[in-house]
Amino acid sequence: MKTLLAAVLVLALAGPALASDRHPTLGELEGEVMCPTCKTPLDQSSAPIADRIRQFITARIAAGDTKSEIKAKLVAQFGPAVLAEPSKHGFNLLAWVLPLVGIGLAAAALAFLAWRWTRARDPAAAVAGAPLDPDLDRRVDEELARFDR
Amino acid sequence: MPVGLKRGLQAASVAVVVGLLVLLVWKVVHQDKGVAAELEHGKRPDAPHFDLSRLDGAGKLSLASLRGKVVVVNFWASWCAPCKSEAPRLEAAWRNFRGDGVVVVGVDAQDFSGDARKFIRKHKLTYPNVHDGPGKVLPKYGVTGFPETYFVGRDGRLVGERIQGEISREKLTAGIRRALAS
Repeated sequence: MKTLLAAVLVLALAGPALASDRHPTLGELEGEVMCPTCKTPLDQSSAPIADRIRQFITARIAAGDTKSEIKAKLVAQFGPAVLAEPSKHGFNLLAWVLPLVGIGLAAAALAFLAWRWTRARDPAAAVAGAPLDPDLDRRVDEELARFDR
Repeated sequence: MPVGLKRGLQAASVAVVVGLLVLLVWKVVHQDKGVAAELEHGKRPDAPHFDLSRLDGAGKLSLASLRGKVVVVNFWASWCAPCKSEAPRLEAAWRNFRGDGVVVVGVDAQDFSGDARKFIRKHKLTYPNVHDGPGKVLPKYGVTGFPETYFVGRDGRLVGERIQGEISREKLTAGIRRALAS
């Protein structure tokens, strides 16, 4: 059952991604490609080279290129920095892994601190753990005895 | 929380913040301004090396292979309007001074190589041109925009001043003569 659910989830996520790769639009690529001169995503740039790249993307979409093919052609011309996202292999993989490691470590630290604080405020543990001052113990006994009279 | 652990966490947090501040200051102080900054202070730094694919033929062209000649290094792009205006001047200088051991080298950067080849054909440029698509050479020289021109002496060191923007015939000739005399 779990395997079936996992397979359905993978297919549900892979479908749109595959469609996006096969039939990219200028709009989505504009957010994933950088302007080489102004170092901003294409959709935020009106530099001449940004216009020229938009023109190139439009022509490649019309020619039937996939998103991966268009990106590969742009990388061949302008280098990997033309992509807004770092690649998922080699040294660039660190850019993807490190934030996840950071989030994991922060979650573990928060869980540890929450556990420590909860244990410190446990009233049962506090009562059981703290022996009563002998003087106070005597006074409580006296008060209780007077109450019983 | 034990006092030791609390102090440790506080110290680690302060250390992280101080570390980030130091990194920021270091980055600001060591920003790569290229050799242009040295030229502006009257120095003659070595011309930064490049070895790039030729646009006017097969193979690569390295700056080192031109040692012993005066080299005019012109950074350009096909989408840059002033680059179109100055191209005939660079071609004329190359034709006039090549007999004296002067080479004009065009470095087309942040551009499609196909567009650059069309530009070369359209303007009938015969001097060597190379392609630096990612623009890796630009920060080494300190190029801030296109076009920009540098003069390299026979000893491989930069000479004179860098010319930002479209170069005039007078400045081009003066730069070449100064490099020949260096």
